[in-house]
Amino acid sequence: MPGAEDTMDTSRARIGMWLFILSEILLFGGLFLLYCVYRYRFPAEFRSASTVLSVADGAFNTAILITSSFAVALAVHFLRLNRPKPVVDLLTGTIALGALFLIVKGSEWADKFAQGLYPSSPVLLARSKGEVLYFGLYFVMTGLHALHVFIGICLLSVLAVLTIKGRISARHPAVLENGGLYWHLVDIIWIFLFPLFYLIA
Amino acid sequence: MVSSAARSSDGSTVPYYSDAGPRPGILGWILSTDHKRIAILYLVCILSFFFTAVTLGVLMRIELASPGPTIMRPQTYNSLFTLHGIIQIFLVVIPAIPTILGNFFLPILIGTRDMAFPRLNLFSWYLYMTGAVLVFVSVFISGGPIDTGWTFYVPYSLRTTVDVPLAVFAVFVLGMSSILTGINIVTTTHQLRAPGMSFFRLPLSVWGLYSTAWVQILATPVIAITLILIIVERWFGVGVFDPAKGGDPLLYQHLFWIYSHPAVYIMILPAMGVVSDVFPVFARKNVYGYKAIAFSSLAIASVGSLVWGHHMFVSGQSDTASIVFSLLTFLVAVPSAIKVFNWIATLYKGSIRVEPPFLYALAFVVLFAVGGLTGLIQGALATDVQVHDTYFVVGHFHYIIFGGMGFGLFAALHYWFPKMFGRMYDRRLATIAWVILFVGFNMFYSTFLVLGWEGMPRRYYDFPLRYQHLQLFASIGAWIMVGGLLTMFGNLIHAFFRGEKAPANPWGGATLEWQIPSPPPTENFEQIPTVSQGPYVFDDEKKVRR
Amino acid sequence: MTIRTYILVWAGLLALTAATVIAARLELGRLSIYTVIFIAAAKSTLVVLFFMHLLEEKRLLFKLLLPIALATLAIFIGLTFTDIAAR
Repeated sequence: MPGAEDTMDTSRARIGMWLFILSEILLFGGLFLLYCVYRYRFPAEFRSASTVLSVADGAFNTAILITSSFAVALAVHFLRLNRPKPVVDLLTGTIALGALFLIVKGSEWADKFAQGLYPSSPVLLARSKGEVLYFGLYFVMTGLHALHVFIGICLLSVLAVLTIKGRISARHPAVLENGGLYWHLVDIIWIFLFPLFYLIA
Repeated sequence: MVSSAARSSDGSTVPYYSDAGPRPGILGWILSTDHKRIAILYLVCILSFFFTAVTLGVLMRIELASPGPTIMRPQTYNSLFTLHGIIQIFLVVIPAIPTILGNFFLPILIGTRDMAFPRLNLFSWYLYMTGAVLVFVSVFISGGPIDTGWTFYVPYSLRTTVDVPLAVFAVFVLGMSSILTGINIVTTTHQLRAPGMSFFRLPLSVWGLYSTAWVQILATPVIAITLILIIVERWFGVGVFDPAKGGDPLLYQHLFWIYSHPAVYIMILPAMGVVSDVFPVFARKNVYGYKAIAFSSLAIASVGSLVWGHHMFVSGQSDTASIVFSLLTFLVAVPSAIKVFNWIATLYKGSIRVEPPFLYALAFVVLFAVGGLTGLIQGALATDVQVHDTYFVVGHFHYIIFGGMGFGLFAALHYWFPKMFGRMYDRRLATIAWVILFVGFNMFYSTFLVLGWEGMPRRYYDFPLRYQHLQLFASIGAWIMVGGLLTMFGNLIHAFFRGEKAPANPWGGATLEWQIPSPPPTENFEQIPTVSQGPYVFDDEKKVRR
Repeated sequence: MTIRTYILVWAGLLALTAATVIAARLELGRLSIYTVIFIAAAKSTLVVLFFMHLLEEKRLLFKLLLPIALATLAIFIGLTFTDIAAR
């Protein structure tokens, strides 16, 4: 719990992590800027292109990431209570859910490729300009997000190992807490990507 | 907190550069997380890259000293101005003051032993060096060195056959280094101040570094994603900047300048902070309007992030946008002007000592004023149409960046050299170098302002005969200026090896760095100080009439 | 924070996800994009306040960080639109 038992080091590390999160928000922000502009310019084409995506897949992935966020938040909770065993189990759960997310996303992409929909493909270029841009942004934004999920999985794996070894504990919680913050960021980005690409009415 | 400082046999503290610690030789430098050693690593690298880029500039001036081909082909010229820009902007000017002086002095100025994240600090340097290596490798890789200008505008950057991805990826890596440095500076300033060091007792150089760090964190990611998009566009043809696919090339310019305009404030704010620290010491008088200067740093950082469209007045953006950005550009001049007025008021009726740090800081104010005023000419829509993409712009930004940040850096080096290295340089020679540098600089860049006004376009390899006298005059000014640079750095390097030993406080400064030995021991302070007054209170101040 | 709080937040997030899918199906026209963005913002707020513990942070600095970043992004997008919307 931040506050009373907060050591200077934990506080310092948390500030650093939040500042890093701010930079990540601005990184994706550039892509959101492009999305805003092109959706503004091609509203009908964005709508029609989005029908290719499966809302069920998107909603399922959203639920997975939300649950994985829940798991890692619980992991931090148990670490503060000095109970490392549930911590490792929950981290493993988070990692598994993250991997499942990537599998679903990968299958979505594979499905698009199978339909001939990828940047610069003849099938895609035959569509209207707004649809070309929709898919371009779709691959770039979900791709960058998936890369962050992958990095998060690697990070959480390291954290799980460190917890097993006792290097992360109730007295040294900073690294796990900050790793959790990173994972929540990944979740939040998807919380926005989902409606922007899947739920264009 | 008392530390057990390493001591030599006569009882004096061991300087940070001799304190071998657990690692011998070069490893003790490239594996050290001591903020002072990291600062020196940056210093050596940045100065090397600076002189590399200056050499490219000299070659350009030789080529342009007379019309027609002189010593190179047009393609080479295009690569030269591109690399000159990339190296100076991303490898030198953006990192210089934060990574050299910020790293060395921020912890000392606020009364602590190191930055908030020492290992992250070292990692920032590794990223920086990786970016530098990638830039240099990209010169020799198949296809040839990049020729797009440091602005990498589409569509040319998407179509040119030289190796663009490697060069822009290098800049991406340098951006990551910058972001991490910014995170370190903000966290350090918030968390590690000594007891009694409230925000309004901080030296103004810290305010400069702090404001800059916020821009580093918030703006740099935008160019990061933009550079990635160039690579993605080249490899996959996504279409976000390609009109044939519905994309808008102007969006590239928006994204690029959303970072690159605030980037110039990353360059200038730390330099302004240095001037704010130097003037009180050499006027023996408290700074005028401390809070105004401190808040103006924050104001410049924030309002400066709103003006990027002034680079795009003739690009085809809407008139509405041009008017809005022009208005905001005029607004951002106000906090800068506040600083200039407050600096002058600081000197007014002060007890001035003319020493090299003071001279370079004074030159900063003059050259920055010229640069700033020429900026207003470009900020006004009607006059910008005349001068956009001419030598006027090139003159303007060299006044601001070189005259401003450059001279600010030189002021900082001359001010803090005795503290960093424990030696004093030849002050007369430093003054002579300053004269040569100032004369050459103005000969060179004021001619650019004239050339631009007369219509000479920038980035052109060749020019009509009517510009040849001005071009030659500018080139001569450039060579004189370089002579001044060599004299100045020669003096400092000589002093590094052979200078007289310097005392702890040669200038009579009141900030914390002057209370520790020159050079500092590794742990900075034997005992963390408790601060009870502002940074510019001088004992004899009462004798100075206001 | 108790485990119960975490569970409630998780359930709330799932419920809001369902709500946003349903909202998209309804023919809300122009309101549709604002609705889904609003729900996304609400979900993010829950994650930030509870999972990321921002509600427990006492220092002013932490409470300012996200608003600063979001305001910056909003301004970047907004000023770009003075060009896009007026061309």
